[in-house]
Amino acid sequence: MSVTHAPGAASIAAEYADAAATDARAETSPVRGSRFYRARRVLGKAVLWVVLGAFGVLFLYPFAWLLAASVKTRGQVFDNRLIPRSLELSNYAEVWHQLPLLSWLFNSVVIAVLAAGLVAISSSVVAFGFAYFKFPGRGILFGFVLATMMLPGAVTMVPQYLIWKYLGLLGTWVPLFGMNLFGSAFYIFLQRQFFLGLPRELFEAARVDGASYWGLFRRIAMPLSIPSFIIVFIFEFQASWNNLQAALIYLNAGSVNNFTVPLGISYAMTQFSPTNGGHGDYQYVMVASLLVTLPMLIVFAFGQRYFVEGVATQGRKG
Amino acid sequence: MTTATTTAGTAVSAAPRRVRKYNRREAIAGYLFISPWIIGFLVFTLGAMAYSLVISFSDYNLATNRAEPAGFSNYAELFQDPKVMLSLRNTLFYAVLAVPLEIIFALFLAMLLAKVGRGSGVMRTIFYLPKMTPSVATAAVFLLLLNGNTGAINKALGFFGIPGPQWLVDPHWVKPSIVLMTLWGVSGTMVIFLAALKNVPRELYEVASIDGAGPVRQFFNITLPMISGAIFFNVIVLTIAALQVFDQAYLLFWRDQTNASTDASLFYGIYLFQQAFRQFNFGFAAAMAWLLFVIILIITLVQVKFSNRFVYYEGDD
Repeated sequence: MSVTHAPGAASIAAEYADAAATDARAETSPVRGSRFYRARRVLGKAVLWVVLGAFGVLFLYPFAWLLAASVKTRGQVFDNRLIPRSLELSNYAEVWHQLPLLSWLFNSVVIAVLAAGLVAISSSVVAFGFAYFKFPGRGILFGFVLATMMLPGAVTMVPQYLIWKYLGLLGTWVPLFGMNLFGSAFYIFLQRQFFLGLPRELFEAARVDGASYWGLFRRIAMPLSIPSFIIVFIFEFQASWNNLQAALIYLNAGSVNNFTVPLGISYAMTQFSPTNGGHGDYQYVMVASLLVTLPMLIVFAFGQRYFVEGVATQGRKG
Repeated sequence: MTTATTTAGTAVSAAPRRVRKYNRREAIAGYLFISPWIIGFLVFTLGAMAYSLVISFSDYNLATNRAEPAGFSNYAELFQDPKVMLSLRNTLFYAVLAVPLEIIFALFLAMLLAKVGRGSGVMRTIFYLPKMTPSVATAAVFLLLLNGNTGAINKALGFFGIPGPQWLVDPHWVKPSIVLMTLWGVSGTMVIFLAALKNVPRELYEVASIDGAGPVRQFFNITLPMISGAIFFNVIVLTIAALQVFDQAYLLFWRDQTNASTDASLFYGIYLFQQAFRQFNFGFAAAMAWLLFVIILIITLVQVKFSNRFVYYEGDD
């Protein structure tokens, strides 16, 4: 695709923007060409927007395609029309009968809320421990926290499965959120950064007033860290909503009604995809895909600020 | 609580020679606060790693739940099983293809957004939406978009007179297919670049353009060095992610268990998963996991070593 042209296009864009910047300075001197320069600047901006807009269309196209496909008949799902020939809104009513989508959504919501809530709380407690208290080995232990982020999940995948097996929890939802009780490296890092930013005098004053260590966390640190708490919550909610592999490992052998959203849709793809010998009502897969994406888009609409902040923080680790 | 501090205080004054670096009560409280992580680390990370190592030297019997010692046989098998090497080659090839393209594309988008300035928020949101889309939904759509005969991508290429490939069938186009899906969701990387670009001091560009440096020279002499930290971070994170690619490959090629999918789509993560949870060869899967760990470690160390020469950190010049 046009991806390979990226460097060239980038320098072209840079050139235009640069021309705009130089012209801004040139404008201050009353030369005759100032009008010409302004025109060039507007043109530069326009070109920039055209390029951006083109990419915007490319990025939005799969969504439009999905929306259109979700209201098509069985025979038209593959026709690539963005405006369907007929509007089969009944797909949205029928999908609930075709697939146990309601169960999958319910299961995923419960698991995601538990996973996100647990990890946000536990990581916050641990992060406060690392941020506020001085104790022997703190630096080394925090180094271990960061090091666990590098560990490929595959290394601990089998033993963790055996631990849950030993505890008799295979086939339940517990393995999908249980480990979140113990905090998670990236979130600990994120929330520690936040706590380090709080003025220490705040805590010293509370200590003088007789607050316990737990009180410092509960009454001062936690209420102040609501933004980072929200970041962690929505990050983990999304990760849990998306978690295909754990569901495959722990739930795939069980009842279809017990599946999560990713496992369920994956199952539906196989059931309905004609190329896999399914019976071909792929429009229901489209409706289901759209319906399971919507909650994420809503979460994003409300938490965009937090998302972008959280992602940008990652880059400051190094 | 106040009494506690005084007792601690008197304890210190009673033994003036011993300089106490740590307040005992505070240290204990600190350990208590981080205890959830310590427990999790000991059981689910360190304990699991040790156990994984033991299993990799055994044949795990699922019926008796016992790991029978098997020496190096699993590791020897790694090098005899052609599928291990095949999946490793596939994975490395994918990483070499995906990571540079992701970096270039994300940086390109970030620079466009940074140049536009006002009004770029809407575009940033649009670019971010794919990142919010669950990978199953992405795969369900791209499965059709990438269809060699009816897919929209080949129809669009056909419009320009380019005959599109059989993306999901032709072994040569399996990896580019996954790269394409990954590029659609590149916005996480883009946002990190955007934050880095905003931190580059404007004056540098002004001085450079007064000195007559063109946009290309400004890009290579100012932008790239100033955001090298972010590039380095993204390269490492994306490489580690690429070496563990699973979801997209599974959803597009390995969903049904009898699937005789093309060899080109057998990635390391897929084969490891099959060995562990389809064949229940825990010993072999654990050995595969350790090989992957060593490979990731080596690649990351090489990248760190390499980056020391190029990455600029503020304040250490």
